Amino acid sequence: MSLKLKKGVNKQSAYNLRDPNLDYEAAHTLSIIVDNESGVLARVIGLFSGRGYNIDSLTVAEVDPNGHRSRITIVTTGTPKVVNQIKAQLNRMVPVHEVIDLTLKGKAVQRELAIFKVVGNGNQRVESLRLADVFRAKVVDSTLKSFTFELTGTSDKINAFAELMGPLGLKEIARTGIVALLRGDNSS
Amino acid sequence: MTHSNKITGAEIVIKALIDQGVDTVFGYPGGAILPIYDELFQQKKIKHILVRHEQAATHAAEGYARSTGKIGVVFVTSGPGATNSVTGLTDALMDSVPIVVISGQVPTFMIGNDAFQEADTVGITRPCTKHNWLVKDTNKLAETIHKAFEVAGSGRPGPVLVDVPKDVQFASGHYTKKNAIDTGFLKNEPPIDLKMLDEVIDRLEHAERPIIYSGGGVINSGQSAVHSLRNLVAGTDFPITSTLMGLGSYPASGKNWLGMLGMHGTYEANMSMHGCDFMLCVGARFDDRITGRIDAFSPDSYKVHIDIDPSSVNKNITVEAPLIGDVSNILNSLTKRWKERGSKVNQKKLSTWWKSINDWKGVKSLSYENSSNVIKPQYAVERLEELTKSYNRFVSTEVGQHQMWAAQFMGFEEPNRWMTSGGLGTMGYGFPASIGIQIAHPKSLVINVAGEASWLMNMQELGTAVQYRLPVKQFILNNERLGMVRQWQELLHGERYSHSWSDALPDFVKLAEAYGIKGIRCVSPDKLDDSIREMVEYPGPVIFDCLVEKHENCFPMIPSGKAHNEMILGEQTDENTISDDGAVLV
Repeated sequence: MSLKLKKGVNKQSAYNLRDPNLDYEAAHTLSIIVDNESGVLARVIGLFSGRGYNIDSLTVAEVDPNGHRSRITIVTTGTPKVVNQIKAQLNRMVPVHEVIDLTLKGKAVQRELAIFKVVGNGNQRVESLRLADVFRAKVVDSTLKSFTFELTGTSDKINAFAELMGPLGLKEIARTGIVALLRGDNSS
Repeated sequence: MTHSNKITGAEIVIKALIDQGVDTVFGYPGGAILPIYDELFQQKKIKHILVRHEQAATHAAEGYARSTGKIGVVFVTSGPGATNSVTGLTDALMDSVPIVVISGQVPTFMIGNDAFQEADTVGITRPCTKHNWLVKDTNKLAETIHKAFEVAGSGRPGPVLVDVPKDVQFASGHYTKKNAIDTGFLKNEPPIDLKMLDEVIDRLEHAERPIIYSGGGVINSGQSAVHSLRNLVAGTDFPITSTLMGLGSYPASGKNWLGMLGMHGTYEANMSMHGCDFMLCVGARFDDRITGRIDAFSPDSYKVHIDIDPSSVNKNITVEAPLIGDVSNILNSLTKRWKERGSKVNQKKLSTWWKSINDWKGVKSLSYENSSNVIKPQYAVERLEELTKSYNRFVSTEVGQHQMWAAQFMGFEEPNRWMTSGGLGTMGYGFPASIGIQIAHPKSLVINVAGEASWLMNMQELGTAVQYRLPVKQFILNNERLGMVRQWQELLHGERYSHSWSDALPDFVKLAEAYGIKGIRCVSPDKLDDSIREMVEYPGPVIFDCLVEKHENCFPMIPSGKAHNEMILGEQTDENTISDDGAVLV
């Protein structure tokens, strides 16, 4: 046999051909335009759970009532290979019109809205209001011993605010998950 | 019916199917689909085949579809009817077979109330269809059915399901013609990447150790793809191997044929895959049965992947050159461009390569030790092949050792002649599939090569075969074992044969007689030929009970977790063939 390949893994093994970035996991924000029909969200989520992909954040709402289109924004984490698979699998679905990888496409505006309920007395209460002002959070409800703040911003900002509110009597948080659009005058 | 141009939902279903050119439906009636069955009764254009279990209807439709290139159609009722179709839908999804299942559903106003025979059919079948629809408005019924056919047949084919509540079947609505629907929902094929194509041809021209590896996508793409593939092989003189699903895309008698590749593929095919420097994958998907150990798969090759489905590319194996599109289009462009550039190949290196391949062929990896007392299963398949290959023949199989032996020892000259459950590996596929094939090809010889355990999974279809006078031949290699399970237990689980054996098998000859058909039992090698001839020449259905060696293993074999060049060729190979890492694989 003229082929002098040894048995099993050897110097010609694919181990050495591996892309060094292959195992590098990164978060990607995907914007998915779908028909707003019954079951469409279940299809998309079912794809992620069925194939073992991650969903870090998910938002969905109709954005074009005349065309019955919704935009689903999903933040997912995976190696480049897995993220490409996710996009290809999404593109196969009949009600999916477009899948835009905002992370690859360029700079995107990414925002999240959160509502915080902070319960406390005296100095704690004053401090929470002062920090809310620093973060430009709005007071949307109040009792004599609580504030409810509304805050919009990047996920980092919301995380930071949540961390600060922790010792000041943070009771509950509700977050929308990320919505995002590409910057600039191009539609994505 | 009161309105001049309105018809009932049930009429719409039948009209839409006729509009789509459907001539045959496989199905089973029940409460929620009765209005459609009532319409079916009052027309003559569509023939209905009453199966004995809804799973069989889906496999029969698969057999029909794969042997004709048309779309298979199934009627089932709500609840259990729909859930019974799930295995067939999943099978069709894995093997890219276009079928349309129309299921009855409880009336819209009862959905969600746990009504009698209610199941969330679109929910259950969502992950096992290309797409599915619940139709709540009779006016949208025709359009949805036409869309369903478009989705099933276009791109990478697959199964779809349309769920039709009973009140929608009774209500009246407008009919939409087939060509009046908007097909904007279909995915566009991207233009061929010409720069990539040129790079591929450059590699092809210089390849020292090339191989072509073809799959079911060639057959799905149609005659033109098969023709182009054969031309390319003839023009380049490259060796070619196929997956289980691709058998028949290149003729088994062709001089460049290396046999099937993969877990139970030939030594020459797998060694060529391992050692090649240029791999042209045409309409296959680097399935785990093909690749063996991923990180040692064909380590030294430039890989080209032609596939219509972008999600198949770089899924298991990263390739250098993806070419996305219909196999036929891409092969045509590739061949045309290659010819324009002078039809060059690296002739000198190629003949050295063929020399190695011929050495590997010399190993005769499909050889087995024959016996004069007991029928070896390989021998039975070999004789079946020899005695039936001159016929206008279609073959289906069940799943297991017999399936692999059939793939190894039977030769297919043309596409659409070989129907087997590849991706899902559905035991019980073959018998109903043979029924679907025979319906589509009433004059042809249809043989289901089966194991007794698989065959028993859908044996109720004897009723269907008899009712429609279908002369299907059930060639059962009876080893009284779950052969492949037994083989894995021997190799992997210390010969502890946990529940892979049945001591309550029926007398297959009497079983045949109970249905008024012919049963043949063969126990000795010297009677085999005559018995096979008797089966083939008998004008009706036959159950052929071929009692074979009980402990035969299927070789060659790439054990799980091993690479192509680590195949085991036979029983004499040393112990510890499967590592602990490999043992967790399937």
